[in-house]
Amino acid sequence: MKFDGYNTEGFYDELFDPQGKPRSGADLLIERINALPEAELQRRQKAAESSLLNLGITFNVYGNDSQTEKIFPFDMVPRIIQAEEWQTLEPGLKQRIKALNCFIDDVYNEQKILKDKIIPADLVLSADGFRKPCIGLKPPGGIWCHITGTDLVRGGDGEFYVLEDNLRCPSGVSYVLENRLLMKRIFPMVFDACSVQPVNEYPNRLLDMLQEIAPLGVRSPMVVVWTPGMYNSAYFEHSFLAQQMGVPLVEGSDLVVHRGEVMMRTTKGLERVDVIYRRIDDDFMDPKVFRSDSMLGVPGLMEAYRRGKVALANAPGTGVADDKAVYAYVPDIIRYYLNEEPIIKNVKTFACWREDERKYVLENLDKLVVKAVNESGGYGMLVGPHSTKAEQEEFAKRIKASPRTYIAQPTLDLSRVPVMVEDHFEGRHVDLRPYILYGSSDIYVMPGGLTRVALKKGSLVVNSSQGGGSKDTWVLNAEGGRSPESPMPKEEGL
Amino acid sequence: MLSRVASSIYWLNRYSERAENVARFIDANYQMALDLPESTSSQWQPLINTTGDHELFEKLYGEVTREKAIEFLVFDRNNPNSIHSCVRAARENARSVREYISSEMWEQLNTFYLMINSAAKEDSLDLPHQFFADIMTASHTFIGITDSTMNHGEGWHFGRLGRLLERADKTLRILDVKYFILLPSVDYVGSPYDNILWGALLRSGSAFEMYRKRHGRIDPKKIVDFLLLDLHFPRAVHYCLDAAMSSLQHITGGRRGTYSNKAEQVLGRLLADFDFASLEEIFEQGLHEYLVKTEAEILDVGISIREVFFTPQIADHDSATVMRALE
Repeated sequence: MKFDGYNTEGFYDELFDPQGKPRSGADLLIERINALPEAELQRRQKAAESSLLNLGITFNVYGNDSQTEKIFPFDMVPRIIQAEEWQTLEPGLKQRIKALNCFIDDVYNEQKILKDKIIPADLVLSADGFRKPCIGLKPPGGIWCHITGTDLVRGGDGEFYVLEDNLRCPSGVSYVLENRLLMKRIFPMVFDACSVQPVNEYPNRLLDMLQEIAPLGVRSPMVVVWTPGMYNSAYFEHSFLAQQMGVPLVEGSDLVVHRGEVMMRTTKGLERVDVIYRRIDDDFMDPKVFRSDSMLGVPGLMEAYRRGKVALANAPGTGVADDKAVYAYVPDIIRYYLNEEPIIKNVKTFACWREDERKYVLENLDKLVVKAVNESGGYGMLVGPHSTKAEQEEFAKRIKASPRTYIAQPTLDLSRVPVMVEDHFEGRHVDLRPYILYGSSDIYVMPGGLTRVALKKGSLVVNSSQGGGSKDTWVLNAEGGRSPESPMPKEEGL
Repeated sequence: MLSRVASSIYWLNRYSERAENVARFIDANYQMALDLPESTSSQWQPLINTTGDHELFEKLYGEVTREKAIEFLVFDRNNPNSIHSCVRAARENARSVREYISSEMWEQLNTFYLMINSAAKEDSLDLPHQFFADIMTASHTFIGITDSTMNHGEGWHFGRLGRLLERADKTLRILDVKYFILLPSVDYVGSPYDNILWGALLRSGSAFEMYRKRHGRIDPKKIVDFLLLDLHFPRAVHYCLDAAMSSLQHITGGRRGTYSNKAEQVLGRLLADFDFASLEEIFEQGLHEYLVKTEAEILDVGISIREVFFTPQIADHDSATVMRALE
């Protein structure tokens, strides 16, 4: 299988330039793949898939009883990011999370940004992710979003844009780690040749960060990962992260608040829990404070949290800042708190609650992507150019009925990466989700992140629940890989 | 460790052991039936009885035939103790404690499940010996992987505890059912079939070769002695209880001959009974009665383990709450 007939079809391709020549840094990889014996790549892809199935690296699909577990499709051609590009993305991501964190802290405390009318107060206070019980909270170190997964896309102009900030419980990092493991097994020679920044530091970094935020005075904190349970779509990841960090994975029923402290039920009685990496929505955490019908929650947890008896990552209430309506104001938020210009741009966003912008949106539904501000996972979306007239009319009705809940963005020419389609390569659209850990001592950005790829031809939806897959993401080291002139290794293949 | 995790490890081991035992029963029975003069379906009824699910079988299938028996015992998802159900339950339990067990253990159980699952999709019931051998090997591989990849700490001991209690229970059941089928078959006494039938009983417990080494000639009483009271054969009830006790005491930090909770008390008493048992006395009170009583006692041990470790009441543990705080 070779790249000979590969066509970028006018899209920005992550591996090839518009003339069809490999981009610098990708040439070595392309050369090695082209040198593989016929059908070898397919063989390795099959091996990778069966390895994923045997390892049970799967996600659960809601509302699909017969086969609830699927492997997250994995394509073997990696996505490559140049060192220079990464050198602007990394500070850009840090800048953004710093500002968003200031914003959350401000919104739940002084509300200066609202008083200064940088962003309409009613818009923030009516956001789906705004949690009244969080008013007055002061998380340790002022950090609310310890773990973030920011969705980036590259447009047809070759520039990266932030598409979404995921500040609640971003998932997918386990796939990054497993994909890398798989690639190193399958393509050891390419790793040897290219100089790829490692990602496997993440679990250590995560554990360090979680231990750092333990309540004052606790010397060796008990950290746990809290999962809604094994039927949650991201259960594999919860379990994987707990395993990699060597900490217990707990469910709500394992936890109890006893004499003001959070405890877990063990074979030797109750044991105190100091830090909870929770992978469960705010709403379900504590039936006494949030949804009273939550079966998954721990009554009294918020009270213990408020008294500083236990640390939560992320803090409750962070969802207010990844509201898609608030998104439109993030550049202003960055300017307001940091007095800096945003390093990574936002995608141009039309707010349907502003009359002139709504008018524009309604007139251009066939060209825009419309998103409900409180939905995620690719649901509640209208992709204009791929929609029918009936769907457009339906969305027009919804927008008029509830303008606050909709934003629209121009359809982006998302960049593409070659994927294997039967016996040849075709371009497919991708996004990128780097993971950021915000600790009290520093901010860590995982080099690369999860590249999600829309496997359906022409599709722009990369979500795993909607036919998306993933790829390994290689951020090259600044000094560059091995020079192309260096001798090829003798062994067969990559 | 978390009570829920301990419970899952205990159960995943019980279920994988159960699957292995059902496979062994069927395989031994299958082979035996081939050796008998007329292939009678009557050989399959006792097998259903061994699993204790004869009432469910009757409801689902009616008359016992070889095909129905195998379908019920191997693939039927409505039978909670079919091999398919057991491996599935073992895997579900493993999935819920993936972060605690080793990746290798999980991978082995997952592969085991995928193997049964794909066999279940095939129509043919013509199951060769190899299929059952593969199941037994998968279970043995799992034990080996567990022993060599997991810390031999609390979790491992909960796993071993579950496995050995399950195994003791199954050896009792197979002995109970088979012994009374085989004894009245006076027609066969002294004939080659006698050896075949008793040999099949031993094979149901993978005990044939080890029995030969220990006792030589096939002798019903010695077979009972071997399967119940031997302290070296790993499927003998005495061996299982002895090793289960040692795991339990690793968990609690207790000593032989003492107890600090209900589970230790019940298991300790049962083990003492085996330590000082004699075959004569067992036959005096009646083998069947003895086996049934022991089965009930093992059930009791299981219940006590659940009460003490898996569903502890908070009120009992007020003093324990300071445990960590004091560290």
